[in-house]
Amino acid sequence: MNIKDRVIQIIAEQAVLEPTDVKMDSTLEDLGIDSLGLVESIFAIEEEFDISVPFNANEPEQSDFDISSVASIISGIETLVKEQS
Amino acid sequence: MKRVVITGAGTINSLGQNVKDTLGAMREGRCGISDLEFRDVDRLAIKIGGQVKGYDPETRFNRQQLALYDRFTQFTLIAAREAIGQSGLEFSGELAARAGVVLGNSGGGMTTLDDNYRTVYEDGKNRVHPFVVPKLMNNAAASHVSMEFNLKGPSFTVATACASSNHAMAQAFQMVHGGLTPVMITGGSESMLCFGGVKAWEGLRVMSKDGCRPFSANRNGMVQGEGAGVFVFEEYEHARARGAEILAEVAGYAMSSDASDIVMPSKQGAARAIRGALRDARIDPTEVGYINAHGTGTAANDKTESAAVADVFGAHADALMISSTKSMHGHLIGGTGAVELLSCIMALRDGVIAPTINYDEPDPECALDVVPNEAREANVEVALSNAFAFGGLNAVLALRRHS
Repeated sequence: MNIKDRVIQIIAEQAVLEPTDVKMDSTLEDLGIDSLGLVESIFAIEEEFDISVPFNANEPEQSDFDISSVASIISGIETLVKEQS
Repeated sequence: MKRVVITGAGTINSLGQNVKDTLGAMREGRCGISDLEFRDVDRLAIKIGGQVKGYDPETRFNRQQLALYDRFTQFTLIAAREAIGQSGLEFSGELAARAGVVLGNSGGGMTTLDDNYRTVYEDGKNRVHPFVVPKLMNNAAASHVSMEFNLKGPSFTVATACASSNHAMAQAFQMVHGGLTPVMITGGSESMLCFGGVKAWEGLRVMSKDGCRPFSANRNGMVQGEGAGVFVFEEYEHARARGAEILAEVAGYAMSSDASDIVMPSKQGAARAIRGALRDARIDPTEVGYINAHGTGTAANDKTESAAVADVFGAHADALMISSTKSMHGHLIGGTGAVELLSCIMALRDGVIAPTINYDEPDPECALDVVPNEAREANVEVALSNAFAFGGLNAVLALRRHS
Protein backbone atom coordinates (compact mmCIF):
# COMPACT_ATOMS: atom_id res chain seq x y z
CA MET A 1 0.00 0.00 0.00
CA ASN A 2 1.24 3.49 -0.78
CA ILE A 3 1.26 6.36 1.72
CA LYS A 4 -2.07 7.68 0.48
CA ASP A 5 -3.88 4.38 0.99
CA ARG A 6 -2.31 3.83 4.39
CA VAL A 7 -3.38 7.30 5.60
CA ILE A 8 -6.90 6.79 4.24
CA GLN A 9 -7.07 3.47 6.05
CA ILE A 10 -6.19 5.18 9.34
CA ILE A 11 -8.66 8.01 8.84
CA ALA A 12 -11.41 5.58 7.81
CA GLU A 13 -10.84 3.51 10.91
CA GLN A 14 -11.03 6.60 13.12
CA ALA A 15 -14.22 7.74 11.38
CA VAL A 16 -15.72 4.22 11.45
CA LEU A 17 -16.19 4.35 7.65
CA GLU A 18 -15.11 2.25 4.71
CA PRO A 19 -11.91 3.57 3.05
CA THR A 20 -13.95 4.11 -0.12
CA ASP A 21 -16.11 6.61 1.77
CA VAL A 22 -13.11 8.82 2.55
CA LYS A 23 -12.78 11.31 -0.32
CA MET A 24 -9.71 13.41 -1.01
CA ASP A 25 -11.65 16.64 -0.55
CA SER A 26 -13.35 15.52 2.69
CA THR A 27 -12.60 17.57 5.79
CA LEU A 28 -12.20 15.86 9.14
CA GLU A 29 -15.40 17.54 10.20
CA ASP A 30 -17.23 16.00 7.21
CA LEU A 31 -16.02 12.62 8.38
CA GLY A 32 -17.18 13.24 11.95
CA ILE A 33 -13.67 13.30 13.45
CA ASP A 34 -13.52 15.64 16.48
CA SER A 35 -10.46 17.13 18.21
CA LEU A 36 -9.78 14.02 20.23
CA GLY A 37 -10.19 11.86 17.10
CA LEU A 38 -7.72 14.10 15.30
CA VAL A 39 -5.08 13.74 18.00
CA GLU A 40 -5.61 9.98 17.95
CA SER A 41 -5.31 9.87 14.13
CA ILE A 42 -2.05 11.80 14.25
CA PHE A 43 -0.71 9.37 16.83
CA ALA A 44 -1.70 6.43 14.60
CA ILE A 45 -0.02 8.08 11.60
CA GLU A 46 3.18 8.70 13.61
CA GLU A 47 3.23 5.06 14.66
CA GLU A 48 2.48 3.78 11.14
CA PHE A 49 5.24 5.78 9.44
CA ASP A 50 7.62 6.18 12.37
CA ILE A 51 7.62 9.94 11.96
CA SER A 52 7.00 12.91 14.23
CA VAL A 53 4.13 15.19 13.18
CA PRO A 54 4.46 18.78 14.38
CA PHE A 55 0.95 19.41 15.63
CA ASN A 56 -0.26 21.44 18.63
CA ALA A 57 -4.00 21.23 19.23
CA ASN A 58 -3.97 24.84 20.48
CA GLU A 59 -2.84 26.31 17.19
CA PRO A 60 -3.78 23.91 14.40
CA GLU A 61 -3.66 26.68 11.82
CA GLN A 62 -0.11 27.63 12.82
CA SER A 63 1.31 24.13 12.63
CA ASP A 64 3.35 23.37 9.51
CA PHE A 65 1.03 20.45 9.16
CA ASP A 66 -2.14 21.28 7.20
CA ILE A 67 -5.21 19.34 8.33
CA SER A 68 -7.82 21.15 6.25
CA SER A 69 -8.63 18.14 4.06
CA VAL A 70 -7.73 14.48 3.53
CA ALA A 71 -5.62 15.51 0.52
CA SER A 72 -3.64 18.09 2.52
CA ILE A 73 -3.03 15.59 5.32
CA ILE A 74 -1.72 13.02 2.84
CA SER A 75 0.56 15.49 1.15
CA GLY A 76 1.85 16.64 4.56
CA ILE A 77 2.61 13.05 5.55
CA GLU A 78 4.37 12.39 2.23
CA THR A 79 6.63 15.37 2.87
CA LEU A 80 7.35 14.34 6.45
CA VAL A 81 8.13 10.76 5.44
CA LYS A 82 10.56 12.06 2.82
CA GLU A 83 12.18 14.51 5.28
CA GLN A 84 12.40 12.13 8.21
CA SER A 85 13.46 8.90 6.48
CA MET B 1 -25.78 27.14 59.17
CA LYS B 2 -22.32 28.05 60.44
CA ARG B 3 -20.13 30.72 58.88
CA VAL B 4 -16.75 29.46 57.70
CA VAL B 5 -13.50 31.41 57.77
CA ILE B 6 -9.90 30.73 56.79
CA THR B 7 -7.48 30.99 59.72
CA GLY B 8 -4.34 29.53 58.18
CA ALA B 9 -2.67 29.21 54.80
CA GLY B 10 0.42 27.40 53.59
CA THR B 11 2.07 26.60 50.28
CA ILE B 12 5.09 25.49 48.37
CA ASN B 13 5.21 25.95 44.60
CA SER B 14 7.56 27.22 41.93
CA LEU B 15 7.03 30.83 43.04
CA GLY B 16 7.98 30.31 46.67
CA GLN B 17 8.28 27.84 49.50
CA ASN B 18 5.79 29.67 51.75
CA VAL B 19 2.81 32.02 51.42
CA LYS B 20 4.80 35.23 51.90
CA ASP B 21 7.26 34.48 49.09
CA THR B 22 4.51 33.20 46.80
CA LEU B 23 2.37 36.30 47.21
CA GLY B 24 5.49 38.47 46.85
CA ALA B 25 6.20 36.79 43.50
CA MET B 26 2.59 37.24 42.38
CA ARG B 27 2.74 40.95 43.25
CA GLU B 28 5.89 41.30 41.19
CA GLY B 29 4.48 39.24 38.33
CA ARG B 30 7.44 36.91 38.54
CA CYS B 31 7.48 33.72 36.45
CA GLY B 32 8.23 30.42 38.21
CA ILE B 33 8.32 28.45 34.96
CA SER B 34 11.78 27.29 33.91
CA ASP B 35 13.69 24.43 32.31
CA LEU B 36 12.69 21.09 33.79
CA GLU B 37 15.41 19.21 35.63
CA PHE B 38 14.99 15.46 36.00
CA ARG B 39 16.15 12.22 34.45
CA ASP B 40 15.53 11.72 30.70
CA VAL B 41 14.23 15.26 30.15
CA ASP B 42 16.11 15.20 26.81
CA ARG B 43 13.61 12.59 25.57
CA LEU B 44 10.70 14.99 26.07
CA ALA B 45 9.29 17.43 23.54
CA ILE B 46 8.06 19.62 26.42
CA LYS B 47 10.99 20.74 28.54
CA ILE B 48 9.54 23.52 30.71
CA GLY B 49 7.44 23.56 33.86
CA GLY B 50 6.73 25.30 37.13
CA GLN B 51 9.14 23.06 39.03
CA VAL B 52 9.96 23.64 42.68
CA LYS B 53 13.68 24.37 42.69
CA GLY B 54 16.18 25.01 45.46
CA TYR B 55 14.30 22.47 47.54
CA ASP B 56 16.15 20.00 49.71
CA PRO B 57 13.80 17.37 51.16
CA GLU B 58 16.46 16.28 53.65
CA THR B 59 16.29 19.59 55.48
CA ARG B 60 12.54 19.09 56.00
CA PHE B 61 12.17 15.36 56.67
CA ASN B 62 14.21 12.55 58.19
CA ARG B 63 15.31 9.41 56.35
CA GLN B 64 12.44 7.24 57.64
CA GLN B 65 9.91 9.85 56.57
CA LEU B 66 11.43 10.23 53.12
CA ALA B 67 11.17 6.48 52.58
CA LEU B 68 7.39 6.94 52.90
CA TYR B 69 6.79 10.40 51.40
CA ASP B 70 6.49 10.90 47.67
CA ARG B 71 7.15 14.45 46.50
CA PHE B 72 3.43 15.31 46.54
CA THR B 73 3.20 14.19 50.18
CA GLN B 74 6.30 16.21 51.10
CA PHE B 75 4.81 19.31 49.52
CA THR B 76 1.50 18.75 51.29
CA LEU B 77 3.12 18.41 54.72
CA ILE B 78 5.22 21.54 54.20
CA ALA B 79 2.09 23.53 53.29
CA ALA B 80 0.06 21.99 56.13
CA ARG B 81 2.74 22.86 58.71
CA GLU B 82 2.67 26.48 57.60
CA ALA B 83 -1.13 26.70 57.55
CA ILE B 84 -1.75 24.99 60.87
CA GLY B 85 1.16 26.89 62.42
CA GLN B 86 -0.42 30.18 61.36
CA SER B 87 -3.82 29.17 62.74
CA GLY B 88 -2.31 28.45 66.15
CA LEU B 89 -4.56 25.40 66.51
CA GLU B 90 -3.51 22.30 68.38
CA PHE B 91 -5.55 19.17 67.94
CA SER B 92 -6.40 17.18 71.03
CA GLY B 93 -9.48 15.80 72.75
CA GLU B 94 -12.84 16.70 71.26
CA LEU B 95 -11.36 18.98 68.56
CA ALA B 96 -8.99 16.25 67.35
CA ALA B 97 -11.84 13.75 67.24
CA ARG B 98 -13.92 15.99 64.99
CA ALA B 99 -11.38 17.77 62.77
CA GLY B 100 -10.28 16.06 59.58
CA VAL B 101 -8.40 16.65 56.35
CA VAL B 102 -9.81 16.62 52.81
CA LEU B 103 -7.30 17.20 50.03
CA GLY B 104 -7.35 17.33 46.27
CA ASN B 105 -4.92 15.34 44.16
CA SER B 106 -5.02 13.82 40.72
CA GLY B 107 -2.00 11.66 39.97
CA GLY B 108 -0.82 10.38 43.35
CA GLY B 109 2.86 9.55 43.66
CA MET B 110 3.83 9.83 40.00
CA THR B 111 7.56 10.07 40.76
CA THR B 112 7.35 6.92 42.85
CA LEU B 113 5.46 5.17 40.05
CA ASP B 114 7.92 6.37 37.43
CA ASP B 115 10.99 5.33 39.43
CA ASN B 116 9.65 1.89 40.20
CA TYR B 117 8.40 1.17 36.70
CA ARG B 118 11.94 1.94 35.58
CA THR B 119 13.28 -0.51 38.13
CA VAL B 120 11.14 -3.40 36.90
CA TYR B 121 10.74 -2.60 33.19
CA GLU B 122 13.94 -0.82 32.21
CA ASP B 123 16.43 -2.22 34.71
CA GLY B 124 14.76 -5.64 34.63
CA LYS B 125 14.80 -6.04 38.41
CA ASN B 126 12.21 -8.23 40.04
CA ARG B 127 12.13 -6.55 43.42
CA VAL B 128 10.80 -3.12 44.46
CA HIS B 129 10.96 -1.24 47.75
CA PRO B 130 8.28 -2.43 50.21
CA PHE B 131 6.75 1.04 50.58
CA VAL B 132 5.87 1.63 46.92
CA VAL B 133 2.13 1.30 47.46
CA PRO B 134 1.78 3.40 50.64
CA LYS B 135 4.00 6.01 48.99
CA LEU B 136 2.17 6.31 45.67
CA MET B 137 -1.47 6.03 46.80
CA ASN B 138 -3.14 9.37 46.29
CA ASN B 139 -4.56 9.49 49.80
CA ALA B 140 -1.04 9.23 51.27
CA ALA B 141 -0.75 13.00 51.71
CA ALA B 142 -4.09 13.31 53.54
CA SER B 143 -3.17 10.36 55.75
CA HIS B 144 0.24 11.78 56.69
CA VAL B 145 -1.29 15.18 57.50
CA SER B 146 -3.84 13.46 59.73
CA MET B 147 -1.06 11.54 61.49
CA GLU B 148 1.28 14.50 61.94
CA PHE B 149 -1.45 16.74 63.37
CA ASN B 150 -3.67 14.20 65.15
CA LEU B 151 -6.73 14.82 62.96
CA LYS B 152 -9.20 12.03 63.63
CA GLY B 153 -12.34 13.30 61.89
CA PRO B 154 -13.50 12.77 58.29
CA SER B 155 -10.43 12.53 56.06
CA PHE B 156 -10.05 11.58 52.41
CA THR B 157 -8.73 12.61 49.02
CA VAL B 158 -10.78 14.02 46.18
CA ALA B 159 -9.72 13.35 42.58
CA THR B 160 -11.35 15.44 39.89
CA ALA B 161 -8.28 16.21 37.77
CA CYS B 162 -7.74 19.98 37.52
CA ALA B 163 -10.65 20.74 39.87
CA SER B 164 -9.58 18.37 42.66
CA SER B 165 -8.55 21.08 45.14
CA ASN B 166 -11.69 23.12 44.60
CA HIS B 167 -13.87 20.06 45.04
CA ALA B 168 -11.90 19.18 48.20
CA MET B 169 -12.23 22.68 49.65
CA ALA B 170 -15.93 22.76 48.80
CA GLN B 171 -16.32 19.50 50.68
CA ALA B 172 -14.41 20.82 53.71
CA PHE B 173 -16.47 24.02 53.64
CA GLN B 174 -19.68 22.02 53.62
CA MET B 175 -18.58 20.00 56.66
CA VAL B 176 -17.83 23.09 58.74
CA HIS B 177 -20.83 24.98 57.36
CA GLY B 178 -23.13 22.10 58.29
CA GLY B 179 -21.78 21.88 61.84
CA LEU B 180 -20.15 18.47 61.42
CA THR B 181 -16.82 19.78 62.71
CA PRO B 182 -15.47 23.17 63.81
CA VAL B 183 -12.23 22.78 61.83
CA MET B 184 -11.13 21.12 58.58
CA ILE B 185 -7.71 21.10 56.96
CA THR B 186 -8.09 21.31 53.19
CA GLY B 187 -6.46 22.22 49.88
CA GLY B 188 -4.46 19.98 47.60
CA SER B 189 -1.19 19.08 45.98
CA GLU B 190 0.38 17.57 42.86
CA SER B 191 3.74 16.51 41.58
CA MET B 192 3.68 15.09 38.08
CA LEU B 193 6.92 16.63 36.92
CA CYS B 194 8.79 13.44 36.11
CA PHE B 195 9.51 11.78 32.76
CA GLY B 196 6.38 9.60 32.66
CA GLY B 197 4.14 12.37 33.96
CA VAL B 198 5.15 14.91 31.34
CA LYS B 199 5.36 12.29 28.56
CA ALA B 200 1.72 11.35 29.19
CA TRP B 201 0.63 15.00 28.89
CA GLU B 202 2.68 15.46 25.72
CA GLY B 203 0.52 12.84 24.04
CA LEU B 204 -2.55 15.04 24.19
CA ARG B 205 -0.76 17.84 22.29
CA VAL B 206 -2.13 20.61 24.48
CA MET B 207 1.14 21.58 26.16
CA SER B 208 3.17 24.65 25.28
CA LYS B 209 6.86 24.29 24.53
CA ASP B 210 7.66 27.92 25.27
CA GLY B 211 5.43 29.41 27.98
CA CYS B 212 2.03 29.86 29.55
CA ARG B 213 0.16 32.86 28.08
CA PRO B 214 -3.44 32.70 29.29
CA PHE B 215 -5.99 34.85 27.43
CA SER B 216 -3.29 36.20 25.10
CA ALA B 217 -4.03 35.70 21.39
CA ASN B 218 -0.64 33.99 20.95
CA ARG B 219 -1.22 31.40 23.68
CA ASN B 220 -0.35 27.88 22.62
CA GLY B 221 -1.08 25.60 25.52
CA MET B 222 -0.68 24.78 29.15
CA VAL B 223 2.48 24.42 31.22
CA GLN B 224 2.55 22.11 34.19
CA GLY B 225 3.50 23.11 37.70
CA GLU B 226 3.87 21.29 41.01
CA GLY B 227 3.43 22.00 44.70
CA ALA B 228 0.73 22.28 47.34
CA GLY B 229 -1.65 24.69 48.99
CA VAL B 230 -3.25 23.94 52.36
CA PHE B 231 -5.76 25.94 54.42
CA VAL B 232 -7.43 25.84 57.80
CA PHE B 233 -11.20 26.21 57.40
CA GLU B 234 -12.71 27.10 60.76
CA GLU B 235 -16.17 27.82 62.08
CA TYR B 236 -16.41 31.60 62.59
CA GLU B 237 -17.49 31.60 66.25
CA HIS B 238 -14.81 29.04 67.08
CA ALA B 239 -12.17 31.26 65.47
CA ARG B 240 -13.51 34.41 67.12
CA ALA B 241 -13.70 32.83 70.59
CA ARG B 242 -9.99 32.06 70.50
CA GLY B 243 -9.05 35.39 68.92
CA ALA B 244 -7.69 33.85 65.73
CA GLU B 245 -6.62 36.00 62.82
CA ILE B 246 -9.14 35.63 59.99
CA LEU B 247 -7.75 35.72 56.45
CA ALA B 248 -11.08 35.62 54.59
CA GLU B 249 -14.54 34.15 54.77
CA VAL B 250 -15.55 31.23 52.58
CA ALA B 251 -19.01 32.30 51.52
CA GLY B 252 -20.13 29.43 49.31
CA TYR B 253 -19.43 27.18 46.37
CA ALA B 254 -21.00 25.22 43.55
CA MET B 255 -20.10 22.14 41.60
CA SER B 256 -21.37 21.05 38.19
CA SER B 257 -20.74 18.45 35.53
CA ASP B 258 -20.75 19.25 31.80
CA ALA B 259 -21.89 15.70 31.00
CA SER B 260 -20.62 16.25 27.47
CA ASP B 261 -16.96 15.61 26.60
CA ILE B 262 -13.95 14.04 28.31
CA VAL B 263 -11.57 16.90 27.40
CA MET B 264 -13.42 19.80 25.75
CA PRO B 265 -14.81 22.34 28.22
CA SER B 266 -18.38 23.61 28.09
CA LYS B 267 -19.51 27.19 28.53
CA GLN B 268 -22.81 26.05 30.01
CA GLY B 269 -21.17 23.78 32.59
CA ALA B 270 -18.74 26.51 33.66
CA ALA B 271 -21.49 29.13 33.81
CA ARG B 272 -23.70 26.89 35.91
CA ALA B 273 -20.89 26.45 38.45
CA ILE B 274 -20.14 30.20 38.64
CA ARG B 275 -23.79 31.12 38.90
CA GLY B 276 -24.37 28.38 41.47
CA ALA B 277 -21.55 29.65 43.69
CA LEU B 278 -23.02 33.16 43.68
CA ARG B 279 -26.44 31.81 44.58
CA ASP B 280 -25.07 29.55 47.32
CA ALA B 281 -23.09 32.43 48.84
CA ARG B 282 -26.03 34.87 48.40
CA ILE B 283 -23.77 37.19 46.45
CA ASP B 284 -25.09 39.65 43.93
CA PRO B 285 -22.98 39.38 40.74
CA THR B 286 -22.09 43.08 40.93
CA GLU B 287 -20.30 42.49 44.26
CA VAL B 288 -17.65 40.32 42.60
CA GLY B 289 -14.45 42.29 42.10
CA TYR B 290 -11.99 39.55 41.22
CA ILE B 291 -12.00 36.06 39.71
CA ASN B 292 -9.01 33.78 39.77
CA ALA B 293 -9.55 32.16 36.39
CA HIS B 294 -8.99 28.55 35.55
CA GLY B 295 -7.07 30.18 32.65
CA THR B 296 -4.95 27.27 31.48
CA GLY B 297 -3.57 28.98 28.38
CA THR B 298 -5.15 26.47 26.02
CA ALA B 299 -7.15 27.72 23.06
CA ALA B 300 -10.27 25.93 24.27
CA ASN B 301 -10.33 26.79 27.98
CA ASP B 302 -9.64 30.48 27.81
CA LYS B 303 -12.30 31.35 25.27
CA THR B 304 -14.89 29.07 26.87
CA GLU B 305 -14.17 30.50 30.33
CA SER B 306 -14.35 34.08 29.03
CA ALA B 307 -17.70 33.34 27.40
CA ALA B 308 -19.02 31.76 30.61
CA VAL B 309 -17.98 34.80 32.68
CA ALA B 310 -19.56 37.18 30.16
CA ASP B 311 -22.70 35.09 30.22
CA VAL B 312 -23.03 35.07 34.03
CA PHE B 313 -22.05 38.67 34.74
CA GLY B 314 -23.46 40.50 31.72
CA ALA B 315 -22.36 44.14 31.77
CA HIS B 316 -20.52 43.66 35.08
CA ALA B 317 -18.10 41.27 33.30
CA ASP B 318 -16.33 44.36 31.96
CA ALA B 319 -16.02 45.89 35.42
CA LEU B 320 -14.52 42.95 37.27
CA MET B 321 -10.92 41.72 37.08
CA ILE B 322 -10.03 38.17 36.13
CA SER B 323 -6.49 36.83 36.08
CA SER B 324 -4.75 33.51 35.61
CA THR B 325 -1.87 33.00 38.02
CA LYS B 326 -1.05 29.78 36.11
CA SER B 327 0.95 32.14 33.91
CA MET B 328 3.39 32.31 36.86
CA HIS B 329 3.22 28.99 38.74
CA GLY B 330 1.98 26.72 35.95
CA HIS B 331 -0.91 24.30 36.17
CA LEU B 332 -0.69 22.28 39.38
CA ILE B 333 -3.48 19.95 38.18
CA GLY B 334 -4.99 18.49 41.37
CA GLY B 335 -3.29 21.12 43.53
CA THR B 336 -3.96 24.12 41.37
CA GLY B 337 -7.15 25.49 42.99
CA ALA B 338 -5.42 25.51 46.37
CA VAL B 339 -2.43 27.59 45.28
CA GLU B 340 -4.74 29.86 43.30
CA LEU B 341 -6.95 30.50 46.33
CA LEU B 342 -3.98 32.42 47.75
CA SER B 343 -4.44 35.07 45.08
CA CYS B 344 -8.10 35.45 46.11
CA ILE B 345 -7.03 35.94 49.73
CA MET B 346 -4.44 38.51 48.60
CA ALA B 347 -7.10 40.38 46.62
CA LEU B 348 -9.50 40.52 49.57
CA ARG B 349 -7.04 41.08 52.37
CA ASP B 350 -4.24 43.10 50.85
CA GLY B 351 -6.15 44.73 47.99
CA VAL B 352 -3.61 43.43 45.47
CA ILE B 353 -4.73 41.69 42.28
CA ALA B 354 -2.25 39.16 40.91
CA PRO B 355 -1.62 39.69 37.20
CA THR B 356 -1.84 37.43 34.16
CA ILE B 357 1.76 37.60 33.00
CA ASN B 358 3.09 36.83 29.48
CA TYR B 359 0.12 38.70 28.06
CA ASP B 360 1.17 39.89 24.60
CA GLU B 361 -1.84 40.30 22.33
CA PRO B 362 -5.53 40.82 23.02
CA ASP B 363 -7.83 38.03 21.87
CA PRO B 364 -11.32 39.24 20.90
CA GLU B 365 -12.66 35.95 22.24
CA CYS B 366 -11.20 36.72 25.68
CA ALA B 367 -12.18 40.38 25.94
CA LEU B 368 -12.12 40.75 29.72
CA ASP B 369 -9.88 42.72 32.08
CA VAL B 370 -7.28 40.02 32.64
CA VAL B 371 -4.97 42.30 34.67
CA PRO B 372 -2.23 42.00 32.07
CA ASN B 373 1.37 41.69 33.21
CA GLU B 374 1.30 43.94 36.28
CA ALA B 375 -0.39 43.53 39.63
CA ARG B 376 -2.98 46.14 40.49
CA GLU B 377 -4.30 47.67 43.69
CA ALA B 378 -8.05 47.42 44.14
CA ASN B 379 -10.66 47.25 46.84
CA VAL B 380 -12.32 43.86 46.51
CA GLU B 381 -15.28 42.64 48.55
CA VAL B 382 -15.87 39.26 46.89
CA ALA B 383 -13.53 36.97 44.93
CA LEU B 384 -14.25 33.74 43.07
CA SER B 385 -11.91 30.89 42.19
CA ASN B 386 -12.75 28.86 39.08
CA ALA B 387 -11.72 25.29 38.33
CA PHE B 388 -12.95 23.40 35.27
CA ALA B 389 -11.48 19.92 34.95
CA PHE B 390 -10.92 17.38 32.24
CA GLY B 391 -13.91 15.12 32.41
CA GLY B 392 -16.16 18.18 32.56
CA LEU B 393 -16.19 18.42 36.36
CA ASN B 394 -16.36 21.99 37.65
CA ALA B 395 -16.09 23.62 41.07
CA VAL B 396 -16.18 27.32 41.92
CA LEU B 397 -15.53 28.82 45.37
CA ALA B 398 -16.72 32.22 46.57
CA LEU B 399 -14.70 34.16 49.17
CA ARG B 400 -15.72 37.30 51.00
CA ARG B 401 -13.48 39.85 52.68
CA HIS B 402 -13.52 39.67 56.44
CA SER B 403 -13.63 43.05 58.09
